[in-house]
Amino acid sequence: MQDHQNKIINFEYAPSIESIDIVNIQPKNKLFIDGKFVEPTSKKYFASINPATGETLAQIADANAKDVDLAVKAARKAYTKTWSKLSGKERGRYLFRIARMIQERARELAVLETLDNGKPIKESRDIDIPLVAAHFFYYAGWADKLDYAVPGKEIKSLGVVGQIIPWNFPLLMAAWKIAPALACGNTVVLKPAETTSLSCLLLAQIFQDAGLPDGVVNIVTGAGETGAAIVNHPDINKIAFTGSTDVGRIIQKAVAHTDKKLTLELGGKSAHIIYEDAAIEQAVEGVINGIYFNQGHVCCAGSRLLLEESIAEMFVGKLKSRMEKLRVGNPLDKNTDIGAINSAGEYGKIKKLIESGIAEGGEYFEPSIQIPTKGYFQKPCFFNKVSSAFSLSRVEVFGPVLTISTFRTAQEAIMKANDTQYGLAAGVWSEKGSKIHKTAAALKAGVIWANTYNKFDPSSPFGGFNESGFGREGGRHGLFPYLSIK
Amino acid sequence: MSELIKISKTIKLFIGGEFPRTESGRSHPVYLSKSKNLYAYLCKASRKDLRNAVTAAQEAQKGWASRSAYNRTQILYRMAEMTEGKREEFIEVLTKTVGYTKIAANKAVDEAVDAFVYYAGFADKYQQLIGSVNPVSGPHHNFTSSEPVGVVALICNSKFNLGNMVAQISAIIASGNSVVVIMADDGAATLAPLSEVFATSDLPKGVVNLLTGDLNELYSHLGTHMEINSLSYQGTNKKLLGELKEMAAGNMKRVVTPVNEPLSLDHLVSYVEYKTVWHPIGN
Repeated sequence: MQDHQNKIINFEYAPSIESIDIVNIQPKNKLFIDGKFVEPTSKKYFASINPATGETLAQIADANAKDVDLAVKAARKAYTKTWSKLSGKERGRYLFRIARMIQERARELAVLETLDNGKPIKESRDIDIPLVAAHFFYYAGWADKLDYAVPGKEIKSLGVVGQIIPWNFPLLMAAWKIAPALACGNTVVLKPAETTSLSCLLLAQIFQDAGLPDGVVNIVTGAGETGAAIVNHPDINKIAFTGSTDVGRIIQKAVAHTDKKLTLELGGKSAHIIYEDAAIEQAVEGVINGIYFNQGHVCCAGSRLLLEESIAEMFVGKLKSRMEKLRVGNPLDKNTDIGAINSAGEYGKIKKLIESGIAEGGEYFEPSIQIPTKGYFQKPCFFNKVSSAFSLSRVEVFGPVLTISTFRTAQEAIMKANDTQYGLAAGVWSEKGSKIHKTAAALKAGVIWANTYNKFDPSSPFGGFNESGFGREGGRHGLFPYLSIK
Repeated sequence: MSELIKISKTIKLFIGGEFPRTESGRSHPVYLSKSKNLYAYLCKASRKDLRNAVTAAQEAQKGWASRSAYNRTQILYRMAEMTEGKREEFIEVLTKTVGYTKIAANKAVDEAVDAFVYYAGFADKYQQLIGSVNPVSGPHHNFTSSEPVGVVALICNSKFNLGNMVAQISAIIASGNSVVVIMADDGAATLAPLSEVFATSDLPKGVVNLLTGDLNELYSHLGTHMEINSLSYQGTNKKLLGELKEMAAGNMKRVVTPVNEPLSLDHLVSYVEYKTVWHPIGN
């Protein structure tokens, strides 16, 4: 009896693995050009890896400049012959149909996304894919109402748009790019990131099934060279890029001497401010969600935690105990909180940055939780008591790494939050409404989450200040980058 | 009684609400239109003057943006009043140095007054036209509002146009930005009356800074300056625009290309950023 009482009861979660039977991954995945899946002209393929196991999932076609040219030609032909001649109502019909088909195949898309990207199934299932469908649904309805978007102005589509997207939210980024572009009457050449092409190629199948006219969307897979071929193609009217600030800069320079329109959604080092009068337990969850959501592979991740000095010690204690309960592991397990780092390259980069932070003297913490030994897994971690000059307070890690520092006054919090070249997002927690609004107004960032973090919605404009890029995605404002307004 | 020698005005730069000479001590002559007769010497602003102007603009911007929209409205309207009061001086400069007829000069001043009044009226209205409350799924209040982009560098039209220049400056400052203006060569002498308009309209010092000088010498310093948030090029030189865009990538300056309508919402909106705020709805 005594024995029994002293025994620590351990409530481990039983594994709850999502079945992968629903997906059918082709060993060889071709390019999607002019409505058909075609071999790359070079006949070259590269491997896409499941980051949770390190095993090859499939071979992906490597598009070169010739393939990109074919894709642009198909997009141009589709633009002049079909898409620009359709009414907004008809374009909308296609987009509504696509949205519905995404909902119908949601489970399949979610499993595929998790396999290829490494993100937890609960995230791809409950966040990414529902938002993908929502984006198509939202912009479908705009297609025949564009005259109201910019009252009193003459609006026109731009033509062929080149879109380059990252690997952190593969299908969601594709939806953010494709849906408004098509609603506004443009045609598309899109390049997914080289490590996460599969869900975009499944989306291409949905386009086929939906009867979307050939060439309206073309998907060219490949790495940087493929992207460069899109950026430099003379018959593209607009470039939309989501990715790192370094690459964004290269693109801005590359199109400087052309008439190409450009929108960039780039990196961030977003501050997360916790005032002493915040709802503490909620704020702890908010911070966890802010930085460890999607393994920290989030451009707007709340990677710089700023704590009011009076609560700092207590808050860090709570953060530590919460982190001890995070489940890092098999992304297909429905209980997993943090999945796999997307690639060996990213994994190496994150490890190196953590080592540099430790070498620099940051007060490092990682929980004592178990993580898989196979695949690319990284424990969530933080560096406490860092200064603004600490390298990890300035550099975007794009991984589950948080820095923590303190402040004494709202003014100091705002000053520290704005002490960055970026300006994508920020979080602020307080139960006092006037303080929230004052802080939100003073923060130099495009998205402010007050008493919440990492919320997204197709009707909500998203995008950054300063070196986090320009242009907005989502909402009415998300139409402007895809329209010529006279 | 013999005629007194006329006291003519020394035309200097306008930086941080003051009228310094260029620190470089350099100047270039402006002649009476279509003649070789001297009208005045204008400052040839240096890189250092430019940097001083950007510092002044940066220091002034936050305070200007935090003024109420109503207050910005009144100050812009005051500029119209001051311009009207200086009509004769503007006409003198325009007829003597740019070669306008008196009728054309009067019309140019009318346009400048119009531009100030137009943007005075817009400073407290555009927000409602371009902001939104967004119907997100879930218990959140979500709204998008605009903010000034920050410090704007304005390179004026290659061909001088007073009304356009005033429209450009007004469109920039109406939303709370500050501006450093590189004036076009042929109308550069209007710096004198224009700077006095800004200096006497209760505009905080440094919100508008006016420089005269050699654009070829200055543009790369504008393009690469890390404290400039937006670069407005209203000229027609495509090659120069390309170079500016390339340099702008250094700190992702927003590049504004020539506007279609000087007096329009679009023009004003070229100089704002959008901010979206989420807040939960609940207990």
